[in-house]
Amino acid sequence: MSTIVFIDTRGEKLPKAAQEAVTYASKLAGGPVTAITFGDAQGLEALGASGAKKVVVARSVKALDSQQLTKLVCDVAAAEGATTIVCVHDATGKAVAPRVAARLKAGLVAGATGMPEGNRFRRNVFSGKAFAYVEVSSAVKVVSLSPNSIPIAKTENSASVEDFSGDLGTARITVKELRKAGTGVPLAEAEIVVSAGRGMKGPEHWAPVEELAQLLGGATACSRPVADMHWRPHHEHVGQTGVAIRPNCYIAIGISGAIQHLAGVNQSKVIAVINKDPEAPFFKAADYGIVGDAFEILPKLIEAAKKLNAER
Amino acid sequence: MKILVLLSQVPDTTARIAFTNGDTQYDGNGVTFIMNPYDEWYALVRALELKEAKGSGTVTTITVGGSDTEATIRKGLAIGADEAVRIDAQPTDALQVAELIAAYAKDKGFDLVMAGKETIDHNGGVVGAMVAELLDMPYVPLASKLDVRGDTATVERDVPGGVEVVEVKLPLALSAAKGMAEQRIPNMRGIMAARTKPLQVVAATPVTNAGGTAKFELPPAKGAVKMILAEEAGKLIELLHSEAKVI
Ligand SMILES: Cc1cc2nc3c(=O)[nH]c(=O)nc-3n(C[C@H](O)[C@H](O)[C@H](O)COP(=O)(O)OP(=O)(O)OC[C@H]3O[C@@H](n4cnc5c(N)ncnc54)[C@H](O)[C@@H]3O)c2cc1C
Repeated sequence: MSTIVFIDTRGEKLPKAAQEAVTYASKLAGGPVTAITFGDAQGLEALGASGAKKVVVARSVKALDSQQLTKLVCDVAAAEGATTIVCVHDATGKAVAPRVAARLKAGLVAGATGMPEGNRFRRNVFSGKAFAYVEVSSAVKVVSLSPNSIPIAKTENSASVEDFSGDLGTARITVKELRKAGTGVPLAEAEIVVSAGRGMKGPEHWAPVEELAQLLGGATACSRPVADMHWRPHHEHVGQTGVAIRPNCYIAIGISGAIQHLAGVNQSKVIAVINKDPEAPFFKAADYGIVGDAFEILPKLIEAAKKLNAER
Repeated sequence: MKILVLLSQVPDTTARIAFTNGDTQYDGNGVTFIMNPYDEWYALVRALELKEAKGSGTVTTITVGGSDTEATIRKGLAIGADEAVRIDAQPTDALQVAELIAAYAKDKGFDLVMAGKETIDHNGGVVGAMVAELLDMPYVPLASKLDVRGDTATVERDVPGGVEVVEVKLPLALSAAKGMAEQRIPNMRGIMAARTKPLQVVAATPVTNAGGTAKFELPPAKGAVKMILAEEAGKLIELLHSEAKVI
């Protein structure tokens, strides 16, 4: 019985989701685990702090080539005799975890939201309107973990790092271009999200939304019409057709709270809604609410956030 | 070019969510079922556009389900698919569905296998990648744009902090997300034509049983919303900090 974890560590610093997955794997295993990654990330020793004893890196794999990465994970799994394989339920994990499961004929928990209760893993279904408890009966199981599902462990430990020397074949996917968007907190990982809708009247009014998000250390998001009208970039669009997020705090400003919008945000821990219409459906899904004009309320929130930051 | 589109049937977006049989099954009683929106708007429509641009090729849809899915499958034909396959089995788990689809598709020489980014009921988003593995095809998840020139596909996808453009030689499997295409409403001619297009029913082949959903549960009812006066809006920040402890 051994547990391994596959993570994507590309980017300037160790992604939060990767540290969460390592923490999760080591909690499942009841001790330090082997982590697997790829690309040219440095400073992987630091993964020891969240529960990795060893990090195996396939330096030759630079892109998200799910075939090479699947072989990588399966080779390490075989070498370690792994019976549980943890991934992150993000774009990388969604390409690799199901392939590994199909190859090993292993049951997959797609998007676990926490530690299992006995052998049952909980995940969100029906766009956050229900939970499913999944039981895996195969000898090997694959679990992909939804971001923001577990606090990151922080110990003094450091991991050993070793290069993967096996053959992973040639890449069949070539990256032609990476068009960078903003540099803020990635939406899927953000613990605080300030989101605004059509009630903001136009793209020229977004400065206070961005300022509030920045003061709270959060990310910005928007409703679908706002992205469709190009007031905001598409990657900010949350909801059924956009990104589904589960931050600790979701602040919705000038968003009506249509069922398709709620589908992407209803698993937020706390929801605060600001809307001038007291009948807006969003208030039914909210923990805190303010009925009023966003243009009057935002400056008050910004002032309060500045005060809070000055105090802490 | 031969394109296979994975098509599933799901409860309507606004359908009531309830469970039966000791909370082990979705209660579809009185519920309207629809084609999974991502399969329909993104995967199927883009497949049709690619075929039309090329002026040749076929678009085949494949569904794992009972005869109750045939109206949905006919809708796919009405939108423009050339032929449809239904594998006669109740879908219970992603691996089962993927193995059934792969067993059918194995020697058929599909150049492209397209899935929607996820179904709106199980929200797994994993069947496409499993099929890709079983057919030994490269796979691109969450594609927002797809073009094919000769035997090479150019795919765009949103990644954290930007957009990645990748090139892959066919055959290729992918999951389609927003940006791929716009919804198409079937017209009268399409609906008439769909009646006589081939819908082949295939018997299920043996599959792995690796477990699945043991129980469903509805989330606890939300407590009452705490209202704050507009004049005292700043209090929201204080409460989120000191009471809810989320900022
Ligand atoms: C199949 C399908 C999929 C969809 N997917 C998504 C999705 O993924 N995400 C999504 O968001 N939507 C989605 N939608 C659209 C969704 O149904 C709603 O139309 C959309 O969410 C509305 O956006 P909104 O709340 O910003 O705009 P509106 O509905 O126009 O609401 C604006 C709100 O702002 C309030 N307001 C106006 N002025 C002010 C002011 N000065 N101060 C405070 N409040 C103000 C109004 O009272 C109103 O409640 C989908 C729809 C369909 C049919």
